[in-house]
Amino acid sequence: MRDSYAGTGTLVRFALRRSRLALVWWILGITALYPIQALALEATYPTQADLDQLAASLSGNAAIIAIAGPEYALNTIGGQTAWQTSAFGAILAGLMSTFLIVRQTRAGEENGADELIRAGVVGRAATNAAAVLVTTAANVALIVAIAVSLIACGLPVEGSWALGCACGFTGMVFMALALVFTQVSSTTRGAWGMSGAAIGVAYALRAAGDVGENALTWLSPIGWGQQMRAYADERWWPALLLLGATAVLLAVARALHVRRDFGAGLVAPRRGPATRDWRGGAYELAWRLQRPTVIGWWVGLAFGGAAYGTIGDDVGDLVGEGNFSDPLTGGQTSGETLVDGFYGSAMLMLAIITAAFGVAVTLRARAEESSGRAEPLLATALRRRSFLASHVVLALLATTAAIAVAGAATGWMYGVVSGSYDRMGQLTWAGLTYAPAIWVIIGLTVVLVGLVPRRASLGWLGVGFAAVVMFFGPLLKFPDWIMNLSPFTHPALVPLEDVAWAPLAWLTAIAAVLLAVGFAGFGRRDLQT
Amino acid sequence: MTHAIEIAGLRKSFGTTHALDGLDLTVTTGEVHGFLGPNGSGKSTTIRVLLGLLRKDSGTVRLLDADPWTDATALHRRLAYVPGDVTLWPNLSGGEVIDLLARLRGGVDRTRRDDLLERFQLDPTKRGRTYSKGNRQKVALVAGLASDAELLLLDEPTSGLDPLMEEVFRETVDEVRAEGRTILLSSHILSEVEALCDRVTIIREGRTVESGTLEEMRHLTRTSIDVSTERPIDGLTQSAGIHDLVIDDGGTRARFDVDTHLIGDVLARLGDFGITGLTSAPPTLEEMFLRHYGDEPVEASEPAAEQAS
Repeated sequence: MRDSYAGTGTLVRFALRRSRLALVWWILGITALYPIQALALEATYPTQADLDQLAASLSGNAAIIAIAGPEYALNTIGGQTAWQTSAFGAILAGLMSTFLIVRQTRAGEENGADELIRAGVVGRAATNAAAVLVTTAANVALIVAIAVSLIACGLPVEGSWALGCACGFTGMVFMALALVFTQVSSTTRGAWGMSGAAIGVAYALRAAGDVGENALTWLSPIGWGQQMRAYADERWWPALLLLGATAVLLAVARALHVRRDFGAGLVAPRRGPATRDWRGGAYELAWRLQRPTVIGWWVGLAFGGAAYGTIGDDVGDLVGEGNFSDPLTGGQTSGETLVDGFYGSAMLMLAIITAAFGVAVTLRARAEESSGRAEPLLATALRRRSFLASHVVLALLATTAAIAVAGAATGWMYGVVSGSYDRMGQLTWAGLTYAPAIWVIIGLTVVLVGLVPRRASLGWLGVGFAAVVMFFGPLLKFPDWIMNLSPFTHPALVPLEDVAWAPLAWLTAIAAVLLAVGFAGFGRRDLQT
Repeated sequence: MTHAIEIAGLRKSFGTTHALDGLDLTVTTGEVHGFLGPNGSGKSTTIRVLLGLLRKDSGTVRLLDADPWTDATALHRRLAYVPGDVTLWPNLSGGEVIDLLARLRGGVDRTRRDDLLERFQLDPTKRGRTYSKGNRQKVALVAGLASDAELLLLDEPTSGLDPLMEEVFRETVDEVRAEGRTILLSSHILSEVEALCDRVTIIREGRTVESGTLEEMRHLTRTSIDVSTERPIDGLTQSAGIHDLVIDDGGTRARFDVDTHLIGDVLARLGDFGITGLTSAPPTLEEMFLRHYGDEPVEASEPAAEQAS
């Protein structure tokens, strides 16, 4: 019995050494969500009257309840913080736990590294035990960091610990689930797929339960965490549910683990088709390879847009007044123009996220090259420019569709909340006016791929720069020339302003020039693995 | 006689490394040409230049009477390439990869493809991530061999294959040769090269050190002699042309290596002592290879290269 855990300590130290950067970033990133929200609320709603007005305007809004969770003590900073962070914090903790578990167990088994380790003096259960210890430690660190940072923001002590525990304990349930799924699936991708789906189902169950005020909430670990009711007369017994579920799932994972062979799963890997026509050539390949990524971003952007739409006409209550909200409202402060300004800014934000999507899809061409998979393709009659175009055309089309979908989703949800669907067409159109700016970012990435392939990931900097300019430029009064460097500065803020055609035309022209330069460079240089 | 590949004085640098430093290579149409050299000697770089994936710095390169850089796409319809280190897409099946490469070349011969799958015992429905190294190699081999290309560029195509599959590979190469097609075969498996290749080029540090048929190359190297005589051998010394001489049995038995072009002279002198037994072993490719790469500096190999060219 003890033998099967031999070497666990060494493996824990190895995992901490190997994943220390990832651990730090996950924990800091998730923690930051909480105090930033608390501080932003304090700055935006300085008086109790502001908070009461906010709570009144949000009360009973089914769409926001579905997105965030049940409403408790919304007229306090603590209650608002818990409400706006708990669902997303739990999802992020679940993703962190899944990442740590899959990386330390199934990924090593799949790529062969684990075989070397297990051939040493290492017990059969040691890999899993080490993964669970490290992931549990990460979740505990998360609890402490969240609680301490919220207490430092001046929030009540017990509520802060309850909110931290809701996040970390939910993360532990997803840790145990991920460990079960790494036994079931024989591939890293499969384990990730099942864990991601489980997190999604948990979120959806609590959304349905919270809106319908029924028992579905109690089928979801995210729901249990929220039922601890941080800052609203805390209840601690749901924490026992979370810890109990973790223990049961860990026992299930252990039982499955001893019954399977090394490298195998309980589900045999799916087979593929023996033949395929490939009538679409390289374009069909690019679509086939990027389909999951593209669909994932589309769904994500549609959800993001819908989240903006839930605010309906209550923009004034939600964003408050003053400088802090500048990037959110296009500088407007009241009435219909405030709503227009808010949705114009929302489309700008969604457009910049869409540009990141474009960079990701474009860089796949470079990833295919550096992994060596492009080499046999380019040894066929496939032209270099067709190879690059297969990914770049996909990036151009998929981002254009994505920003239109995001606009339509925003307008649709706005219609659900406000009853008027006029904004659906308006915001779809507003989104599309950012397409040329997105194309410029894609063009920039293609130039990097074509001329300095080893630095191609610098394409992300273009997106980062545009985001910084959008968020901080007006606030910190950046000089004009810096503002003008971002392609997203130039289109008009539709629907607050009318469409300005000239910037769209020359942004398109710049994108075309960048693409031409990138393609020429790619055709002329050595293939670099 | 026409040439499928003609390379002269090819140079290619990556930064400060000279990957190819004046390489020569001539492959005659219809032959199976062995391409030998230690790791890092420039074999794969040469093949990538031939594929138009890398651009030469200087020298002349002709492939099927065209320029591999400017005419790449047209040339690629006429050739097939099997890389030595095969990376597959994790979620495409082997069959899908074979069909993809065939489609991008310009069409698939389904009978030939299915026949090769059968002979290499490859399951085309498994996904890329679940294949072993040998099976990934088979995917690339089937994709390359299923084509009707007039030139096949094979870069260490049998690394990872078991001996049974190695045998299947040799049969398919013989079939390709019988159809009059050309193969450039880069390999580390010397028995494979000896069995399959009509001519061989050996390179080292980006330069050609020997080229020719195995017979010609043997002529330039040493033969091992083990001779017994009636009378003690007298006057045979470790001199120019005779190496590693051992005389025992009271002088009536000698073992030594002799430069192959001097073998006639030496045997004539031994005849004076009354030969009672003689075995001679021509050098294997392995011995030639070791001689070129063992510990001798490049300079020692250069005269041989000059004689060969």
